[in-house]
Amino acid sequence: MANQPAIDPMEQFAIYKIVSLPPLHVGGLTIDMSITNSVLSMIAGAILIVLFFALAARREIVPNRGQAAAEALYNVIDRVLVGPILGPEGRGYVPYLLTLFILILVLNLMSVVLLFGNIAGVSLAFAVTSQIAVTATLAVLTFFSIFILGFVKHGPRFLTLFAPSGMPKLMLIFMVPIEMLSYFIRPVTLALRLFGNMLGGHVVLSLFGSFVVALAILGLSGGLSALAFVPSVLSFGMIVVLTGLELVVAILQAFVFAALATVYLNEVVNFGHGH
Amino acid sequence: MDPHAVASVVDFHVSAKLIGAGMAASGMIGAGIGLGVLFGNYLQAAIRNPAGAASQQTMLFLGMALTETMGLFSFVVSLILIYGVK
Repeated sequence: MANQPAIDPMEQFAIYKIVSLPPLHVGGLTIDMSITNSVLSMIAGAILIVLFFALAARREIVPNRGQAAAEALYNVIDRVLVGPILGPEGRGYVPYLLTLFILILVLNLMSVVLLFGNIAGVSLAFAVTSQIAVTATLAVLTFFSIFILGFVKHGPRFLTLFAPSGMPKLMLIFMVPIEMLSYFIRPVTLALRLFGNMLGGHVVLSLFGSFVVALAILGLSGGLSALAFVPSVLSFGMIVVLTGLELVVAILQAFVFAALATVYLNEVVNFGHGH
Repeated sequence: MDPHAVASVVDFHVSAKLIGAGMAASGMIGAGIGLGVLFGNYLQAAIRNPAGAASQQTMLFLGMALTETMGLFSFVVSLILIYGVK
């Protein structure tokens, strides 16, 4: 037992190069554009999305199964989020929110559904959304485009967002910093939520997987230690249950990311209409 | 300085780091209680008024996301303690 290598649950998040490309030099920066396993998974996700919509998006009055699925995905953003939260003025933002939702949904689902799949030694199941670089990029992009949109639409008047109306002047000294803090922490929470959920779920799955193997090896050593097969089988049952839970989390986190982007957008689109 | 003393200092450092990470993870207790309150109250309201339940589901998930963030902060702090602190 002692000479077994420890099973590291964080090993699955390691990034390695699959196709090495020479680094680009732009000014003082060195940009490495090599195809890593993370990039490969993102490309696979993008191809999957484009293929799905190329095949499923049709303009028939009576939809077939593919078209019904594509329209159901569209309605999640259009009818469930944008309609009730943003109202009719928000229809123009549906494409961005839909892109965000479907990208995160597909990348999340790929990392859970293909978890045990391994094609020619290359795992497409790499959890892209458990890299904080990816989630932070999505969050910062979303947050700052909404923030800049506020200034474009409303000009300097948008800054009154940080000063709640009907507040005594003296209280503003305390309220404005607090409001600004709670506003600018949003991209951090947006990035950490997706990152933490996906990372946590995959670590737990990997831990239970290592229990199955380690306890089965212990059980094979004969004698009374054959009892170790019982927790091994129980751990395997836990993996099945947790994979189901992870599927729910994967869908829910994609929805939540889009929902929070919609809520943040609401402050810009319906600025000054009260909340 | 004999090598045993150096080894014990390094071990103390690592163990203090790991104890700190474990203590930081206790911040998730609050998120757990919060999620329980959230879903419990939603269920209570949904049973009293089933017709209005579906319309508030988006709000439920938004509240869940915002509550969960507080637990994830402590999760990230413990990750930083384990992997980030040298």
